[in-house]
Amino acid sequence: MTYFPEEVVEHIFSFLPSHSDRNTVSLVCKVWYEVERLSRRSVFVGNCYAIRPERAVLRFPNVRALTVKGKPHFADFNLVPPDWGGYAGPWIEAAARSCAGLEELRMKRMVVSDENLELLARSFPRFKALVLISCEGFSTDGLAAIASHCKLLRELDLQENDVDDRGPRWLSFFPDSCTSLVSLNFACIKGEVNSGALERLVARSPNLRSLRLNRSVSVDTLTKILARTPNLEDLGTGNLTDEFQHESYAKLASVLDKCKMLKSLSGFWDASPSCVPFIYPLCHQLTGLNLSYAPTLDYSDLTKMVSRCVKLQRLWVLDCISDKGLQVVATSCKDLQELRVFPSDFYVAGYSAVTEEGLVAISSGCRKLSSLLYFCHQMTNDALNTVAENCPNFIRFRLCILEPKKPDAMTGQPLDEGFGAIVRKCKGLRRLSMSGLLTDKVFMYIGEYAKQLEMLSIAFAGDSDKGMMHVMNGCKHLRKLEIRDSPFGDGALLGNVAKYETMRSLWMSSCNVTFKGCQVLASMMPMLNVEIMNELVGSSEMEENHGDHSKVDKLYVYRTTAGARDDAPNFVKIL
Amino acid sequence: MSEEPARSSTESSSAASSGLDFEDTALTLRLPGSAAADRSPRASHAPPSPKAQVVGWPPVPRNRRNALPRSKFVKVAVAGAPYQRKVDLEAYAGYQQLLAALQDMFTSHFTVRRVGDEEMELVDVVSGVEYVPTYEDKDGDWMLVGDVPWRMFVEACQRLRLMKSSEVVNLAPRDAQ
Repeated sequence: MTYFPEEVVEHIFSFLPSHSDRNTVSLVCKVWYEVERLSRRSVFVGNCYAIRPERAVLRFPNVRALTVKGKPHFADFNLVPPDWGGYAGPWIEAAARSCAGLEELRMKRMVVSDENLELLARSFPRFKALVLISCEGFSTDGLAAIASHCKLLRELDLQENDVDDRGPRWLSFFPDSCTSLVSLNFACIKGEVNSGALERLVARSPNLRSLRLNRSVSVDTLTKILARTPNLEDLGTGNLTDEFQHESYAKLASVLDKCKMLKSLSGFWDASPSCVPFIYPLCHQLTGLNLSYAPTLDYSDLTKMVSRCVKLQRLWVLDCISDKGLQVVATSCKDLQELRVFPSDFYVAGYSAVTEEGLVAISSGCRKLSSLLYFCHQMTNDALNTVAENCPNFIRFRLCILEPKKPDAMTGQPLDEGFGAIVRKCKGLRRLSMSGLLTDKVFMYIGEYAKQLEMLSIAFAGDSDKGMMHVMNGCKHLRKLEIRDSPFGDGALLGNVAKYETMRSLWMSSCNVTFKGCQVLASMMPMLNVEIMNELVGSSEMEENHGDHSKVDKLYVYRTTAGARDDAPNFVKIL
Repeated sequence: MSEEPARSSTESSSAASSGLDFEDTALTLRLPGSAAADRSPRASHAPPSPKAQVVGWPPVPRNRRNALPRSKFVKVAVAGAPYQRKVDLEAYAGYQQLLAALQDMFTSHFTVRRVGDEEMELVDVVSGVEYVPTYEDKDGDWMLVGDVPWRMFVEACQRLRLMKSSEVVNLAPRDAQ
């Protein structure tokens, strides 16, 4: 290989499919490092604090697509205090200085300001795609800046962000010359949009393939839009409540009928049951369906729709579907790969119409199932065993029994054996979330069998440090471990410190780790940031009032080359 | 009036001590079989309070929690009333609050009689009839309010009706009987 010109080496590298492969070849020798870094087009930063932004952009000056992730996953559930961090500013500023060719930016769980979006919009003349997931800190003014300055914009995808709505004008900032849109998703914008501006934008976007509207868009506007986009592949509807005339729905049905490419449907905000029959003609061609924002659709509405969706691969529903409804899914949707069943009742130990029976039915009918998120009222070991037998192809398995520490509903036993069966039979399992009554035994099974596991989420589980140690010692590919309300302490924290260098991060909240234990970890492992968050405001109080043996509320440990971060708020102490 | 001495005697004696016990003939909206205590028969299976919450549990992201608007309006009919009303079941934490709200809502239909310092009771002065809350569930059956856990009731209830106790068959035993 050393006799090949660099262009040839670069060309060979272009066939490497993953970031980790490219990372590996860059370690071979200095020449390869240089060739690789200058030809790298896509950079993925899983933890924004693992590396200084300047260092990342200087190493890869020709990057076209940058992905950065900020807050830990449990931030989604309000476990990370506000103002913790994850600021997009330093990344956008660094890229603006060093990577003028940037075309795509993806950010997840980060704090993005309008100023950041303005800078982004003005700094990259070839910018094409902005994807923001679960971010906050910006308003529709920032979106207006993106719309007006990114002349080549193809994709604006806003998923589940907390956006300050400053009015409908932002959509009008797309200039008449902007005709390149392929994907537009503004479902998370809370307020009205200007329907005329929206219709005109769609009319001049012949390449539009994915469009996700927000709640405010009326049936009539949706109909006018769809008349212009017969090639649409993915649609998120607007408002489908029953305040509209039958005539409006009939017109909608006739334009939907022309959308032969439409494969994926979502939205259905508070959809009225009377709108459901108008969707029937589309059902046979759908591969993706998200009905999880329609609590007004009951079991019978849902099953009438789903039973027609014979090609369905991805289904998101509310538990209103009930076990009976899941049986219909099992008999109708033989190609199902991903299922998410969300709760309609968020109270602890609230009522859910979905139990282990629904899951068993799904597993026996949908043998290709590989990704599951299932909120339910109860579970049994027997059911989990059957599910594991039926569907050995699980890659992601997330089960949430609504009541913490609930045992097997039939036997009253812990659910160790059931989850044990899952990890034993699903050899490709990469992500696992558990719930219900669980002892150290389940962790023994995980450590022994879950050899491909990369992410594990634990809540209200385990008996002793041994539990966590099984996982730390056994799961060779573990990258992210997040634990809440479980009795793991300093022994577990310090039992295998070298492991943290091979992982992205560890989160522990409401466990038994102490201040002293964290200090020991920090002193043994200088390449880790050990962040402690306690309820008390002000780090000085933490040292004074709490002795070394006081428990730490929240602990976040991650490997980093950047040292302690300088943007931490005063409730975060970095050891 | 003669109610006041009768009232004070019932306060200190047990409910079933005399045939003319005021509380027995008083018109109230009350769960069948329940006394003043607000424990429903299913208390042992119900969570500590209907709104018991653990931070961040169940693990549902904020946007999803906020996206599902928590309101469920159902019609309320009272036998003999000229028009129906609507209540939002999600606005109440449990049966007691719902029944109190229904009493408030129909005070124009019933006469409110103030007895003692604080208590008010709904009395139909013309007929002295007692009303029992019932609801129509998703199967179209008419059920007695109060048998199932609150959240299950909110899920299942399609409409409410205050029926005259004389219309209701198979009523659960009441304190007076």
